[in-house]
Order: sequence, then C-alpha cells, then structure tokens
Amino acid sequence: MQSRAAQRKLANGIFVGLCGLATAIALAFLVAILWTLISKGLSGIGATLFTIDQPAPGSKGGLRNAIVGSLIMCGMGMAAALVIGILAGTWLAEYAVGTKAGAIVRFLNDVLLSAPSILIGLFVYELLVAPFQGFSGYAGAVALAFVATPIVVRTTEDILLLQPAALREAGMALGAGRALVIRRIVWRAARTGLLTGGLLGFARISGETAPLLFTSLGNQFYNANPSQPMASLPTTIFQFALSAYDEWQNLAWAGALLIAVAVLVVNIIGRILARESHLS
Amino acid sequence: MASLFSTGTVTERQGAGETLFRFACAAAATLLMTALAGVVVSLAIGGWPAFRAFGPGFLFTATWNPVTEIYGAAGPIVGTIVTAGIALLFALPLALGVAIFLVEFCPATLAPPVAVAIELLAGIPSIVYGMWGLFVLAPWFAEHIQLPIALSTTPGSWADAFFSGTPNGANIFTASLVLAVMILPYMAAVFRELFLTVPAQVREAAYGLGCTPLEVVRSITIPSVKRSMIGVIMLGLGRALGETMAVTFIIGNAHAMPRSLFDGGSTIASTIANEFTEATGVLHEASLVALGLILFLMTFAVLALARFLLQGSER
Repeated sequence: MQSRAAQRKLANGIFVGLCGLATAIALAFLVAILWTLISKGLSGIGATLFTIDQPAPGSKGGLRNAIVGSLIMCGMGMAAALVIGILAGTWLAEYAVGTKAGAIVRFLNDVLLSAPSILIGLFVYELLVAPFQGFSGYAGAVALAFVATPIVVRTTEDILLLQPAALREAGMALGAGRALVIRRIVWRAARTGLLTGGLLGFARISGETAPLLFTSLGNQFYNANPSQPMASLPTTIFQFALSAYDEWQNLAWAGALLIAVAVLVVNIIGRILARESHLS
Repeated sequence: MASLFSTGTVTERQGAGETLFRFACAAAATLLMTALAGVVVSLAIGGWPAFRAFGPGFLFTATWNPVTEIYGAAGPIVGTIVTAGIALLFALPLALGVAIFLVEFCPATLAPPVAVAIELLAGIPSIVYGMWGLFVLAPWFAEHIQLPIALSTTPGSWADAFFSGTPNGANIFTASLVLAVMILPYMAAVFRELFLTVPAQVREAAYGLGCTPLEVVRSITIPSVKRSMIGVIMLGLGRALGETMAVTFIIGNAHAMPRSLFDGGSTIASTIANEFTEATGVLHEASLVALGLILFLMTFAVLALARFLLQGSER
C-alpha cells in the first residue's frame, strides 16, 4: 500500500511539474516577443513619429499619414459597428430570447466572430472596391466594421441579459412600452458594459491588417479623404517590415510597438469597465 | 418637435415608436446575417471563373503559374492544413498545461495576474507575432536547428526527406511555430474559463475522498467538460487555419507542393494576402477568390462544429 501511495504522489508531482513547465514556456515565449518589440521599437518612438509622414526609402521620417488613416478608418468602422452591433445585440437579448431565429443569429454571429478577417477583406473588395473601380478609406472602414460588429453584438447581448428583470418590470409598470424601457432604462443601466463592447471591438480592429490590404490599400502620402486610398498603421508596418531598408524596418518596429501598447491600454480599460459592470 | 409630426394619442404614438425600434433591432440582426451570406455569395461569384476553367482539378493540382495562367489550389490547401495541424500539436498540450496550472496549482495570489497577462497577450495583433517570427525566430532557427540538421543528414535518407530545404528559417515548420505561439494564449484563456465552470463542490468532494490533484483533473475536471474542450480545440484550429499576417511573414511563399517540413510553402490566407493586389489577370484574381471560398468553407465547418460543441457551456 505504501508503494502505491508513493506512486500516486510521484505521478502527481510529475504532473504538477509539467503543468508548471508549460506555464513557464508559454510565459517565456510571450516575454520574448514583448522584449523584442520593446527593444527594437522603443528607439523609434518620438515626436517625429506622429508629426512627419512616411519617408522615401533610405531617408528618415514618421508614420503620421498611417496613424491618421488608421484613426479615421477605425473611428468610422467602430461607429457603424456600435450602431449595428448594439441594435442586433438588443434584438437577441430582448426580442428573440428563446426563439429559433434568435438561436440561429446567435450561432452565426459566433461563427462570424472568429471567421478569418482576410475573407472579410475579399468580400468588401467584391462589394465596394471592384464595382466602383477604386480602393478607398470607406471600403477599409466597412471591412473593419464587419470585423468589429460581432464582438459588439456578443458583449451587448451578454450585458443586457445581466440586467435584472425587475428593472424592466418597474419601467413597464409606469406605463412605458418595451422600446422605451430598453432605450431609457436598460441601455442606461448597461452603458458601461456597452462601452466595454465598443472598446474590445476597437482593440481588435486597430491591429487588423488583412481586411485592409485590398480595401483601403494604403497610401504613401498624407490623406484625410476617405474616398481615396488610405494608409493605415498595420498595412504600412507590413510593407516596411518586409522592405530591405533599415529606416523602414525601424519605423515598422516603432509602429508595431505603438499598436501593441494602444491595444493593451484599450483592452485594460475595457477590462476594468467590464469588472465594474459585472461582465465576466 | 415631436408634437409637430405626431398625430393620435399618446399610446398610438408610443406604439409606432415600439414597432419602429423593434424593426430597427431586427433589421440590424438581419444585416449581420446578410453579411455572412454576402461573404459566401461574393466569394462564389468572384471565384466562379476559376472553378469553371479548372473544374474539380483546381483542388488537386499543385501548379500555380501566372505566366501560363494555370492555377491549382493543392499547395496552399496542404500548407494551410499542415501548418494549422502542427501549430495545434504544439499549442494544445501547452495551453492545457497552462490552464490546469492556473486553475488547480497556481498560488492564489499569482493566478489572477498571470491569467490576465495571458488574456491580454491573446489580444496582441498578429502582425507583431509575424514580425517576431521573421526577425527573431527564423534566423535563430536557421542557425541553431536547420543548418546542423542539414549538415548531419545524408542526402536521400528519411531525415533528409523530412528536413531538407533552404536554411533561411522561412518555412512551413517555423510558420507553424509562430502560429502555435499565437494561438497558445488564446486557447489557454478559453480552457481556463472552461475549467472554472466545473463546480468547486464536485472537485472538493473528490479531494475529500483522498484524490491527488492529478486524479481530480483526470477523473473529474476533464471528463465533465470533455465536449466543450473539443469545441475549444476546434476554435483554436479555426484561428490557425485562417490566420494571415503571422504566417505571411515567415512561410516563404512558395506555391509548389511542399516537399518537406523545412521547405518553403504557402497557406491559402498568405497566398491571398501576397498576391491579390498584384493579380495579373482575371483568372489569377478569380483563382485567389476561389481559394478564399475554400478557406471559408473549411473554417466555417470547423467553427460551426466548435460552436455546436460549446453550446450550453457558456453562461
């Protein structure tokens, strides 16, 4: 009996050790990536990164045109995603509970949530770029909106379902209709959670490269007009990282660090807000 | 303002608002579904010329030649499946280990920060992983692993068949490694959430009977979420199949059927990302869109299965 107990103890010890080792390996990889990002990107972060446009090969410059383009397209895409996503999420949580249609929409939304974003890019290319003969910031924004919407739908549904039924009943008892209760009471009570969905969506699309490659295309000049091809941070980083010029590669690392930090900060804010609204 | 346009009683006006709002919500949900249908339809239409020109042979030919305008999808399809498979092979045991460690063994003060760190890292854009793969992993791999192996194997041996290739580190294997590192935090985070849904009473009951932590994990935790675990694996696989940027940087972008693990290759997503804006003709573009349709069908099947298996485990 003694040896059996010892055996079990040994097996358990090995298992615990292996799990700990797996965690150590995972963290080591992630530390290695962050270290690379910081050590190669930090030297490029400075005022000129934000104030000067991208340079010609072999000369110094910044990423102003790409940053502006990214902000414009992410902003437009996010605005559309918030409107569509909150309405659709509200439909799922308030009008379609327990219905078959609701189940189907929820299922397909979950599939869309993890669908390869490059296919969204192809779709928007076929939808907007090919028929109108031109890459544009609008097409890029639409592609980003399609990527962000499922995230907003999901968070909206989750947060609305967390709101107590008594809240709705109290509104109804005062004579308000369903829509009025949703807009004036439920949305208001859930606003932090709704904002969280927006932030998570924003964090996701600000690093997306694939859907922009053949929608907004990229632009080596400063352009704030969305009807023209538009630069974005991820596509510029992609182009610069694969180039043979040191200056471009350094800018790519600086841009990558910028995006990673932005995504982390937005995600952390979203997380804090989520905790406040009891969204897991 | 409202009174200018509205007629009728308060209840009637409110009724109109009710219908309108409900309609707007349903319309938004419908629009979302239309988007998904739109993806399939647009890919099918855009890829049609390629399917018509090459027939079913499109799936089984490995020629990809813009000069002769002959295109076959076999190379990228095999590349996609192989890279995703190898990535899963590496990421799955590590992700499981991380999740079990965090749920069962990690000191209570350490678990939350590590869990949050891993979840945050899952959100880092894939382009960052791709750059790390290209500038750090590939050179290291070429120098310390690929070159020694290439020098020590005899031409024609089985090892040569597995490990031959240009020793520059940009190949199918390193692309799979980058993919693995990328889906690892994601899968670990979802596994952890899943394990946390197993009621503490059940686990504590097993501990009370004298089970060791290994026995609790093996006979209580894992069996009670087995179905959802397969769902999580499918989610990771779906992610690996469709990942674009991390792979495009490092896979070497060769269209022929890969001859070995250390040979350059391509995936469907990397081929589209690399060539679409530079497509040389109608047939070239159509073939790329047709590749997109194949990728969509592959990921849709995997993700639909994942969601089906995961139903009920959430919330």
